[in-house]
Amino acid sequence: MIEVRNIIKSFDQNHVLKDISATFKPGKTNLIIGASGSGKTVFLKCMVGLFEVDAGAILYDERNFSELGPKQRKEIRKEIGMLFQGNALFDSMSVEENVIFPLNMFTKMNQKEKLERVNFCLERVNLKGVNKLFPSEISGGMQKRVGIARAIVQNPKYLFCDEPNSGLDPKTAILIDNLIKEITVEYNITTIVNTHDMNSVMEIGDHIVHLHNGEKNWEGSNKEVLTSSNKELHGFIFASDFLKEALLSDKSKKS
Amino acid sequence: MFLKQFGRYLLLLKSLFVKPENINIYWKEMLRQMTDIGIGSLGIVAIISIFLGAVTTVQTAYQLVSSLIPKSVIGSIVSDSTILELAPTITSLVLAGKIGSSMASELGTMRITEQIDALEIMGVNTPAYLIGPKILAAVIIIPCLIILASFMGIYGGLVAGQLSGIVATEEFVLGARDTFRGFSVFLCLVKSVTFAFIISSVAAFNGYYTSGGALEVGQSSTRAVVYCCILILFSDYMIADLLI
Repeated sequence: MIEVRNIIKSFDQNHVLKDISATFKPGKTNLIIGASGSGKTVFLKCMVGLFEVDAGAILYDERNFSELGPKQRKEIRKEIGMLFQGNALFDSMSVEENVIFPLNMFTKMNQKEKLERVNFCLERVNLKGVNKLFPSEISGGMQKRVGIARAIVQNPKYLFCDEPNSGLDPKTAILIDNLIKEITVEYNITTIVNTHDMNSVMEIGDHIVHLHNGEKNWEGSNKEVLTSSNKELHGFIFASDFLKEALLSDKSKKS
Repeated sequence: MFLKQFGRYLLLLKSLFVKPENINIYWKEMLRQMTDIGIGSLGIVAIISIFLGAVTTVQTAYQLVSSLIPKSVIGSIVSDSTILELAPTITSLVLAGKIGSSMASELGTMRITEQIDALEIMGVNTPAYLIGPKILAAVIIIPCLIILASFMGIYGGLVAGQLSGIVATEEFVLGARDTFRGFSVFLCLVKSVTFAFIISSVAAFNGYYTSGGALEVGQSSTRAVVYCCILILFSDYMIADLLI
């Protein structure tokens, strides 16, 4: 479980996160949603320690990440897997080398065991026969899947995904969403997904936190999103005229 | 501003001194860097040093107008100036352009494409893993390149002297041997190690702290080369002043 307590983050005079608290449970796909510039990525990067928070606490199963020294942080980081918006695959390495890298660095497994684990993870994300290809030789969707395989190769307890659907077509985006959801349930991982994709919200949002101007504006499940009367959330979800009209016609039918 | 950057540079260097997560990976990375820097730069170093030696021979002969001065002096001047100055300094300036820009842009690209963040999240000490092997490889392989450049520079001078009829091989060798001092080689090695450290650490520093996009990667790369060149020339003077 990850618990965030009253975190504040500013860059000079720009207050990006204003007193945010939330709890993210294991086995659930936790979504952070919000418009561009609402502070989603900064929030995620604060949680994984890429940015230091100005105030507040981030607890990984009761371990206060913000107060730990570099060595203890390193131990927690070994329990974290992260899928980046741009995949962040090492472009000088093949797919297999990318996925095997954390195992080479941190485990004492022999080569056979490592390759078995890599192949298992690649098969888990439905990738076969791409081991020797380089990231530039595969499609965007495949790169995302390699990113997921690399993130789960060390059996993480916590999985962070920053905009996993950006740049993908709707069909591939749904495949990636479902994959994240399946892995979360299968391995009982605490998964936090940063997104502004409404398909993701409806497909996999077990628990949703909506950020608006750096503040937590709303919290609930995907079922509650559509019925919420929260003005900012409503404005975010029904930003397009098409959806607004669809909602109005739905309401008129019901009445 | 300068002090802030210098402090950041020192902190980055300090963060290199930690126990590696897996010594084998660091070792392999260092060997890869040594191959990249060493083999990759061999061609350009050879071409530059041979021509520098050749030009030094021709121009030295042009300036020695008196018939009282023996031709063997050309060999002395070419070998001494090659070992003391041309091989270490000019080679390092060229390597600053080639290796420095490559290191800075490699790290800068890794930074803007979040590859460094990905390593951080895994728990890897990124300065130690990404910069440490580069500095170590440069400090080992650049002095070797410079020693090679010294040999090739002197050889280039000898061949140019012979081909143009300025000085006979025997006279050139006699002059080179006559004034040869072991201290010159020591000075050459001190310069080589210092310049290698400057090239690798300054370029890595500029690349590692890149932020922004493709434009900033280019700027980091350019800044790395400019700073390296200035620092090489400054330290060249300091070493000469302190040790000679």
